[in-house]
Amino acid sequence: MRTVHVQKIVDEVARLCQEACYDLPPDVLKAIEAASSSEKSPLGQGILAKLVENAYLASRERVPCCHDTGIAAVFLEIGQDVHLTGGSLHEAVQEGVRRGYREGCLRKSVVGDPLLRVNTGDNTPAVVHTEIVDGDRITLSVLPKGGGSENMSALSFLLPGEGAGGVKKFVLDTVKNAGGKACPPLVVGVGIGGTFDYVALLAKKALLRRIGTYNKQPHLARLEMELLELINKTGIGPLGLGGSNTALWVAVESFGAHITALPVAVNLQCHAARRKLCTI
Amino acid sequence: MATHRLITPLLDADIEKLHSGDEVLLTGPIYTARDAAHKRLLELLEKKRELPVDLRGQVIYYSGPCPPKPGQVIGSAGPTTAYRMDLFTPAMLEYGVKGTIGKGPRLEKVREACVRYRAVYLAGIGGASALLAKTVKKADIVAYEDLGTEAVHRLEVEDFPLIVAYDIYGGDIYSEGIGKYKEI
Repeated sequence: MRTVHVQKIVDEVARLCQEACYDLPPDVLKAIEAASSSEKSPLGQGILAKLVENAYLASRERVPCCHDTGIAAVFLEIGQDVHLTGGSLHEAVQEGVRRGYREGCLRKSVVGDPLLRVNTGDNTPAVVHTEIVDGDRITLSVLPKGGGSENMSALSFLLPGEGAGGVKKFVLDTVKNAGGKACPPLVVGVGIGGTFDYVALLAKKALLRRIGTYNKQPHLARLEMELLELINKTGIGPLGLGGSNTALWVAVESFGAHITALPVAVNLQCHAARRKLCTI
Repeated sequence: MATHRLITPLLDADIEKLHSGDEVLLTGPIYTARDAAHKRLLELLEKKRELPVDLRGQVIYYSGPCPPKPGQVIGSAGPTTAYRMDLFTPAMLEYGVKGTIGKGPRLEKVREACVRYRAVYLAGIGGASALLAKTVKKADIVAYEDLGTEAVHRLEVEDFPLIVAYDIYGGDIYSEGIGKYKEI
């Protein structure tokens, strides 16, 4: 049994929130740079070049690369041999978000009630996912999720007979419907299988995967490649103004499903595909 | 595509020169307003009451900035998705707003309102918020301070980079641009 004080969680969540918003992950920056050289539209080339310049500037000056510093999605994989002490884990995560957003001059973009709509002023509540895993370590991931792309995400129950072709059509329709609203070039997280709740989580978890890493299952890796190629033929382009780079990456995660069901969820992520993780 | 250097408030002669796809470098005062501020502004317009700021002839920037760090004029500030304001935009243009800045395509009624009221919709570079904040030379809250990031700010910008999305001739860069590069 390994003991971890929850203050460590507070400190690490606060740090990850800030670093995620200031520093675009290197794989994402590299993908935007590659898109900038391959882009066919002159307008799109100019936009992508500015996005690269923006990312370097934000990182250098320790300021958010995008003003929408999101609602914080926090993923905790907690080893079953870890014993947390010193207080509530969930309160520690919220306190970490509160501190990270305040001290980092990040925008507070969360309302406490979706209908009454009063800003909580500290970016809480964060959405927290905890999972018990083997071992005695904690993996902590923070994904500040912007509203523009999240709003254009979608979920559907296809007929099992529709298969991979149906999945491709649904993903493509979701991307086309989002157009410029979701700030392309996108990272597209796709969940297939599970249940109503779980398929959406799979799609979100897909966004944690590094660009350039395919799904380990060959048929899903092939699906990722085919989807990326199809999406980049839609012509939507950078910021939806037309061009050959609509997605930087497509990541698919899957799970078993009921014999009657083929659930699919598409979680769109804008080009500011921020995420930061650490192991405690 | 042409590049235009323009100064706010925009004159009819400026707006007539702009065509979808043109690039614009904008200098002068612009006003931020997004979901919550629009709701309040529209309530006043409907009651035929004065707005807290005279926005006739002005440009509205759909943006909610980050808090500034010490020494900054403004925190990172980029355009937000414009279609959320579509509900309010025709009435704002009828009132006299001459330009809106946001990102992403909008409803047909906004494109039509741009033609009818001789106003433009300008696309900002979504996500380039650190870079765009550098073009802001002065920032003051002028209304609805209680809304925090959603308050109405008066920003003095210099060479703020934009792309004409909807012009007064019915042009729409989103459908035109995608049409050009679409392969499926």
